[in-house]
Amino acid sequence: MMNWVSIGSISDIPRRGARCVATPEGKIAVFRTADDQVFAIDDHCPHKGGPLSQGIVHGAAVTCPLHNWVISLETGKALGADEGAVRTIPVRIEGERLFIALEALASRAA
Amino acid sequence: MTEKLVIIGNGMAPGRMLEHLFEQAPGRYQVTIFNAEPRVNYDRIMLSPVLSGEKAFEEIIIHGDGWYIANGITLYKGHKIVAIDRAAKTVTSDHGVTEPYDKLVIATGSVPFIIPVPGHDLPGVLTYRDLDDVQAMLLAAQSRAKAVVIGGGLLGLEAAAGLNAQGMDVTVLHVMPTLMERQLDPAAGYLLQRAVEQRGIKVITRANTQAITGKGKVEQVELADGTIIPATLVVMAVGIRPNAALAKEAGIAVNRGIVVDAGMRSNDPDIYALGECAEVNGQVYGLVAPLYEMARVAASQLAGNEAAAFVHMDTPTKLKVTGIELFSLGDFAEGEDRQEIVLRDAAAGIYKRLVLRDDRIIGTVLYGETADGAWFNDLKKKQTDISQMRDTLIFGQSYQGGASLDPMAAVAALPDDAEICGCNGVCKGKITGAITAKGLTSLDDVRAHTKASASCGSCTGLVEKLMVLTIGDKYNPAAVQPMCGCTTLGHDEVRRLIKAKGLKTIPAVMQELEWTTSCGCAKCRPALNYYLVCDWPDEYADDYQSRFINERVHANIQKDGTYSVVPRMWGGVTNAAELRAIADVVDKFEIPMVKVTGGQRIDMLGIRKEDLPAVWADLGQAGFVSGQAYAKGLRTVKTCVGSDWCRFGTQDSTGLGIRIEKFMWGSWTPAKVKMAVSGCPRNCAEATCKDVGVICVDSGYEIHFAGAAGLDIKGTEVLGLVKTEDEALEHIVALTQMYREQGRYLERIYKWAKRIGIAEIKRQIMDDGEKRKAYFDRFVFSQKFAQVDPWSERVSGKDKHEFRPMASVGFAQAAE
Repeated sequence: MMNWVSIGSISDIPRRGARCVATPEGKIAVFRTADDQVFAIDDHCPHKGGPLSQGIVHGAAVTCPLHNWVISLETGKALGADEGAVRTIPVRIEGERLFIALEALASRAA
Repeated sequence: MTEKLVIIGNGMAPGRMLEHLFEQAPGRYQVTIFNAEPRVNYDRIMLSPVLSGEKAFEEIIIHGDGWYIANGITLYKGHKIVAIDRAAKTVTSDHGVTEPYDKLVIATGSVPFIIPVPGHDLPGVLTYRDLDDVQAMLLAAQSRAKAVVIGGGLLGLEAAAGLNAQGMDVTVLHVMPTLMERQLDPAAGYLLQRAVEQRGIKVITRANTQAITGKGKVEQVELADGTIIPATLVVMAVGIRPNAALAKEAGIAVNRGIVVDAGMRSNDPDIYALGECAEVNGQVYGLVAPLYEMARVAASQLAGNEAAAFVHMDTPTKLKVTGIELFSLGDFAEGEDRQEIVLRDAAAGIYKRLVLRDDRIIGTVLYGETADGAWFNDLKKKQTDISQMRDTLIFGQSYQGGASLDPMAAVAALPDDAEICGCNGVCKGKITGAITAKGLTSLDDVRAHTKASASCGSCTGLVEKLMVLTIGDKYNPAAVQPMCGCTTLGHDEVRRLIKAKGLKTIPAVMQELEWTTSCGCAKCRPALNYYLVCDWPDEYADDYQSRFINERVHANIQKDGTYSVVPRMWGGVTNAAELRAIADVVDKFEIPMVKVTGGQRIDMLGIRKEDLPAVWADLGQAGFVSGQAYAKGLRTVKTCVGSDWCRFGTQDSTGLGIRIEKFMWGSWTPAKVKMAVSGCPRNCAEATCKDVGVICVDSGYEIHFAGAAGLDIKGTEVLGLVKTEDEALEHIVALTQMYREQGRYLERIYKWAKRIGIAEIKRQIMDDGEKRKAYFDRFVFSQKFAQVDPWSERVSGKDKHEFRPMASVGFAQAAE
């Protein structure tokens, strides 16, 4: 089952920026692109664990601040020559409100 | 025995002639040049980019002062020759200098037509011929007022575009029904007019200027139909005529220009003429390619090769207005015996027309897309029979024979004698030959050896493709390395265009310069943000989302995602209260590591991001501000204890270091800037490996720069010695501003200096007081907006979102 939880409003996140959501499983990075798409992925670069939420957001991708890996926000996969992926988390926008689906937590709680 | 060669005029043609002459007959002549303009030889074709602000005058110099010295040339700057005495074989200047000659070359160029309407001599009426005209126009443009350009030909349109780029409200008056009617057919002329108008320039065709009126200066232009156009500046660009008056007075045969034979010799066997003032076979010329051909011929003649002869050639015309692609060649009038092939693509703004006679190309007009110009030119020149490819001819070379549309293949397919550089008449074989024979690997090398792409630059792309084809990966495209994958433009071009087009936001840059991505990447965005911060300090709103995380949160990210914080300790000096405050902060926030840095600061490492504002609040209480240890900006000024304490100290090095740091903190630079001030040549502050360093000596302050002690190790260069602390500060600030304006993002000072040249930097900062002052003033202006402590701003609540999670979720459920 999907457990949709509200995390705030889209306006809480700057365009071409990100905010973190703290969860018991670690931080989730929630991104807002220049054209107001919202994506959520683990805040943990597949390379050396860099905080992706701190990277520069361009198109639907983010560049990790530690070693410049570029991660697709849509697939969670590293772009270019690098290989690796982070978990993507489903996001839903209801008007201004943002929800993410915490599947793992939900299943554990059930 | 050396002969005396005297040249009247110092334009591009005689300059090129001398290059050839020194190559063919080194040491044969003792050369003297009289130049009515008070300067060295520069590229007149590039005056338009200077007017529009896309280039600086320094960038268009062909022969610097050093070249004249190296070749033993005596150059009289600002001397106009007023008389030639052919019997005595001497020339005399307006300053009274008389010089004997064995051979004389007249290269007096041309003078602009002035339409003799009433008011043509009012102040504010200019022509467009030389740097003085450009400078006068730039001065007039500062008023942002209205300008009228009379003449819708090549020069007039370039002048109009330049003035428009400088912010003036420009109207072009053209007497004919369409623009550039001598080079373009009406259809292309119409497209051109539309493109010019889209830039905000008004165009009035069939405009018959009747009078220029005003009280004591230009106020308006009146047309024959009664239209009145207000203007504070009128530029006449209606044409030129050969400047042959001097030759005529001396009794040399003059028709429209100075009459010369195919060997460039006048009716006096010791007197030659070349350039725009010369008339060969009844023709006078104004474009650079035939003028350079004259230079080649004259040089050969002077070197003793009497067979060298000038042959007439058609030259393609190109308009040097950024964003307008236009190419025209040959004869394109309609006629019974002619057919034409036309391609129109209205959506893409493309128009192409080929005029054929007997299955051969005799004329070409290309608008909007001109890449095939070289190929059509080649077909025309060789009189190639095109009947076999007639159906597809207009689509260009890459379309022929089912070949791929790869532009590289098109260049590869060009024959060796295809002309690549029209300005200098350089063919493909000469370029590839020089690349192979001389082992050339950079564009600048090819320019130096072949002259290809060294004049108007429009063939640069072709030359680069030839380099790739010839040497593959060994081609070092350093000069044009694109900023990143989002653009084909290099850093320098982008910086130039930001200024020239007045681009003041990142989206504007990406739109106008045709970025290929929607919002850039992690490489170009920080670079663009810096360029805009630097160029428009008062107008640009810093885009934090385009800054690297360290500059966004004003601390240094560490491998585990925590941050380190370095407060500013001016000149590396601290005290008990500051150290106590640091100790308290370390205890309170359980900061795991405290370290002394190489720049004489204290670094606290391992701070959680959420704690940063609270840490800064406590540090701020003790008077600390951000040390900007994370910035591409001024970092630290390291000092020794100097004359206050040291037995050997010659000056107050600590005081100067603190003064510099207090003056310059907060400024953003292309890459980090670290400085040091040592109180004596023992150099305890290690100033000679810094970006900028000062070594104090008894007689003053020796300023150093361009050192490195990181990836590269490099001792500094000496900028110069100044006497007072005030002068030291002014020179250092001016140097830094020059670097700020010219450096490529992430390019340290030593790399920038290597690229620009130490001598040029010294010239601008040490020798040119006016320039130095201007740099200094621009730095001071930008500091008004830069000197805000980012830590206290954030303590007061700025960018709160950066330091807090958006939400905490899941914990409650997990606890259930």
